[in-house]
Amino acid sequence: MNPRLAKVLVNGLLIGFAIVSLAPLAWMLSVSFMPAGEASAFPPPLLPSSPTLANYTQLFERDGMGRYLANSAFIASAVTLLSLAFNLAAGYAFAKLRFKGRERLFKTLLGALVIPAQVAMIPLFLLMKSLGLVNSYGGIIVPAMAGIFGIFLVRQYARSIPDELLEAARIDGAGELRIFARIVLPLLKPIIVTLAIFTFLASWNDFMWPLIVLSDQTYQTLPVALASLSREHVMDNELMMAGSVVTITPVLLLFLVLQRYYIQGLLLGSVKG
Amino acid sequence: MSPNRAAWLFVTPALAVIGVFFLLPVLAAFALSLTDFDLYALADRDNLRFVGLGNYLDLLRTPMFWQSLGNTFYFVLVGVPLSIAVSLAAALLLDSKLARFKGFFRTALFAPVVTTIVAVAVIWRYFFHTRYGLVNYTLDLVGIPPIDWLGSADWSMPTIILFAVWKNFGYNMIILLAGLQAIPHDLYEAARIDGASFWKQLRHITLPMLKPTMLLVAIITTSGYFQLFAEPYVMTRGGPLQSTTSVLYFMFEEGFKWWNLGRASAVAFLLFALILGVTALMLRLGRRGEQP
Repeated sequence: MNPRLAKVLVNGLLIGFAIVSLAPLAWMLSVSFMPAGEASAFPPPLLPSSPTLANYTQLFERDGMGRYLANSAFIASAVTLLSLAFNLAAGYAFAKLRFKGRERLFKTLLGALVIPAQVAMIPLFLLMKSLGLVNSYGGIIVPAMAGIFGIFLVRQYARSIPDELLEAARIDGAGELRIFARIVLPLLKPIIVTLAIFTFLASWNDFMWPLIVLSDQTYQTLPVALASLSREHVMDNELMMAGSVVTITPVLLLFLVLQRYYIQGLLLGSVKG
Repeated sequence: MSPNRAAWLFVTPALAVIGVFFLLPVLAAFALSLTDFDLYALADRDNLRFVGLGNYLDLLRTPMFWQSLGNTFYFVLVGVPLSIAVSLAAALLLDSKLARFKGFFRTALFAPVVTTIVAVAVIWRYFFHTRYGLVNYTLDLVGIPPIDWLGSADWSMPTIILFAVWKNFGYNMIILLAGLQAIPHDLYEAARIDGASFWKQLRHITLPMLKPTMLLVAIITTSGYFQLFAEPYVMTRGGPLQSTTSVLYFMFEEGFKWWNLGRASAVAFLLFALILGVTALMLRLGRRGEQP
């Protein structure tokens, strides 16, 4: 093929892909600024005739969007911080500390990775109910405090820490906790960022478990609240688009800022997975 | 503190959480699936009875279970190959030496992956609206009459498949792109000297070299697609005429709408067995012929 034609073809197709990927998001943003009812017309308007923030005002003042936003932010942050602490400690130990049964234990964990989370959900609901954690932040946060995938990711990365470094610290008389805090954690910084953004995004976007465990609006996260709002306001397209903007924007911005770490984690998790 | 004790100190908290809140519930789910746990048992445990494989046998006689299984297979059998084909096309374009602004395109194409599924499902519901949607408007421009995307039993599943492809192709695209970049360049050089066309290079170099990555991507995507839930929950509520009720949607309704928790656990276990069986089969077929 003619090289110039090939170049036009490749870049043209990429532009097509980018339009298909971004158009629904761009349209969502545009419709969210339309006055109520404007989007229910044919042909569908592409841009608002007179841009307004009325949909956002209604969401925050009448539909309690501020509360859901705060719930989502709190839950995702708590899950991220706690699971980082648990997974980093365990992942490091599986990579660098010797203890009896280490390999067998790790293999068991890896094997359990094939079990879909939904299999555990029904008994987990009963367990949460007996602990009084249904309809509370704890119902989401407590079961998410550690994860097999997170431990696996940390272990893969921590294996590259040289043993001599740890041995030297031990000979100098440093305790294991001190070695972990002072030497290991700084070396794990890239994987900490990767795991943090992974966990935060997954927790923010999670739907099925929060839907089951949070039936009370007081504690609901954005996806659960948005799903029930969308059943209530089937016809209010402008309002729903504004709700989608509020839900998506935080994670999209976070991804844009930290995408290098996100993609690195995606590759690290899948290549050996 | 001895290193052995320190190690246990480090792993115990995480193992305790995973054990209590994941592995134990999995075992309990199996036990629960052998009982008639329902609303009455929820109120008073004395109403609980052991029914053996009763729930499983009962499910096999429930038309709605078979329907949800059929719908899920439809979603997997069409959705997985389509998703991977689109991911591969995007990865090949991004890997091409002719492509400009690769960083921008990679980010743009990956963006749908990180979006919240409920929120984008809401957008798509409007995008595919029969009367006001942009999709039918575009079809109208080229003279195609409006399609009742989410309102007809024939089109509802294809619409959800299109949505899933749009939402997910970026994920596999990144993995396949890494696979493509790992193929040694001198293979292509040699082929070019021999005058092999793009399609010949694709067939005889790229695809064979990419096979392990493709297998991985296929297995990840298949097991993920079997877990279809949020899309029908938001876009169609499993309808119309139950045409988009997936196995997990069926489990959710059995468990948390009708509180048949024993039966719902049996559904969860059947789905798990199905995923395990299908992915094991794929692994075997994929690895066949690797060692001559």
